[in-house]
Amino acid sequence: MEDKQRTVKVVVIDPLDNVATAVDDLKAGETIMISSGKPVKNLKVSQEIPFGHKVAIASIPQNCEVIKYGEPIGTSSVTIEPGEHVHIHNMFSNRGRGDLQKANS
Amino acid sequence: MELWGYRRQDGSVGIRNHVLVLSSIVCANEVADRIYRAVEGTVPVIHPHGCGQLGVDFEQTRRTLLGFGLNPNVAAVLVVGLGCEKMEAAKLALDIAEKGKPVETIIIQEAGGTSKATEKGIQLAREMVKKAAALEKVPISISDLMLGLECGGSDTTSGIAANPAVGVASDLLLAQGGTVILSETAEIIGAEHLLAKRAVSVDVGEKILSMVKAVEEDAVRMGVDLRGTQPSPGNIVGGLTSIEEKSLGCLRKAGAGTVQDTLKYAEKPSGKGLYVMDTPGQDVESITGMVAGGCQLVVFTTGRGTPVGCPIAPVIKITGNPRTYISMEENMDINAGTVVEGKESVAEVGQRIFDLMAAAAGGKPVKAELLKHYEFAVTRIGPSI
Repeated sequence: MEDKQRTVKVVVIDPLDNVATAVDDLKAGETIMISSGKPVKNLKVSQEIPFGHKVAIASIPQNCEVIKYGEPIGTSSVTIEPGEHVHIHNMFSNRGRGDLQKANS
Repeated sequence: MELWGYRRQDGSVGIRNHVLVLSSIVCANEVADRIYRAVEGTVPVIHPHGCGQLGVDFEQTRRTLLGFGLNPNVAAVLVVGLGCEKMEAAKLALDIAEKGKPVETIIIQEAGGTSKATEKGIQLAREMVKKAAALEKVPISISDLMLGLECGGSDTTSGIAANPAVGVASDLLLAQGGTVILSETAEIIGAEHLLAKRAVSVDVGEKILSMVKAVEEDAVRMGVDLRGTQPSPGNIVGGLTSIEEKSLGCLRKAGAGTVQDTLKYAEKPSGKGLYVMDTPGQDVESITGMVAGGCQLVVFTTGRGTPVGCPIAPVIKITGNPRTYISMEENMDINAGTVVEGKESVAEVGQRIFDLMAAAAGGKPVKAELLKHYEFAVTRIGPSI
């Protein structure tokens, strides 16, 4: 039976992270609790976030590092506000980008 | 902990007692398959290689086939060949027999075609199964275990739940003197600096960095974007956005262990401890490489679910996604999704994994074995000529 009253809806892995990972489907407008070793705070989710996807927990300006596990996992392609879905539509990987090499040659 | 297993002639320790029908070449596949299917108690190694291979590519395939024949989980081997191939069945058989393992050979051209080769093979295999069944278990040590770490069909629960739990189990095995192999080099891209820091020497650290750089350069040289392959479309649907994110999650399987050395594909480690083997991220090829290197047991984390097993080694399937544990329960051994649901800690699940590893080592069959999932694939590093 699904526990809709479960309080932990996202996981923040490292205090340096600017994204959290949803461990439930999050609805737009929902308020979730963020806890990562820093004082617990509330965050309003502004978009639908599917189970397993990332939500920004801090402002990420365009062309800045997205941090998860305390390490860079890519770069934002636009400015991302807290509560927004973070995935392939607004961030990109910096590794194995043979397509960029090809474009630049 | 009391553990019982099989001690082979060369001193190595196995946790299974398989009679392996080993096709040396693609042309012998059909006959090898018919022998395996006719004889209860055999397992197959069937593959599309063995002919038209050159240099290091040929050596790698041979090293892998030989590694399977020599793996201590294997009691006896029936090599099935055609008769004209470079991957000579008789020579392969000799190399296996040299280590004291019972081996027989069927050469289709010498036997006189499909039916005669199959019939002779069935007779030989039946004898081998009878003899293997008479072998007795002896006490073994948990430090005799070599564990392969694998992840596939990953999603973000892999990095949060399943992989860190495997890391706990991996550390427990290393603490007791066992050996652990991490592989899937592409899935270290983005996390290689963290792994290199944990190398036993600067030299080994450099080897790790070069190994990972080489794989990334392959993609760049091909002028392709790694995304869509690494991460895969399934990874991406599951929430993984970049190879960096995937790798940081994948690395957690290796716990906190110190890396002793890097290994070529299907190479045997020279000692105990944690090693990193250069394999693709392709699940079946990486499991095949690690088992060829001597792993008797594999733990395989998955987010989206996968049924993959191995002909000669138990593959323990662990998912950190509670939905997958329900939808693919037939294939899943451990539910690490309890971490995601807040019901168990990573440490608790890690202990459960370690306990199942010990039970599997003692003979308890895991789901991939019960379902007879016998996937096998070798990594090719050259074209067929």
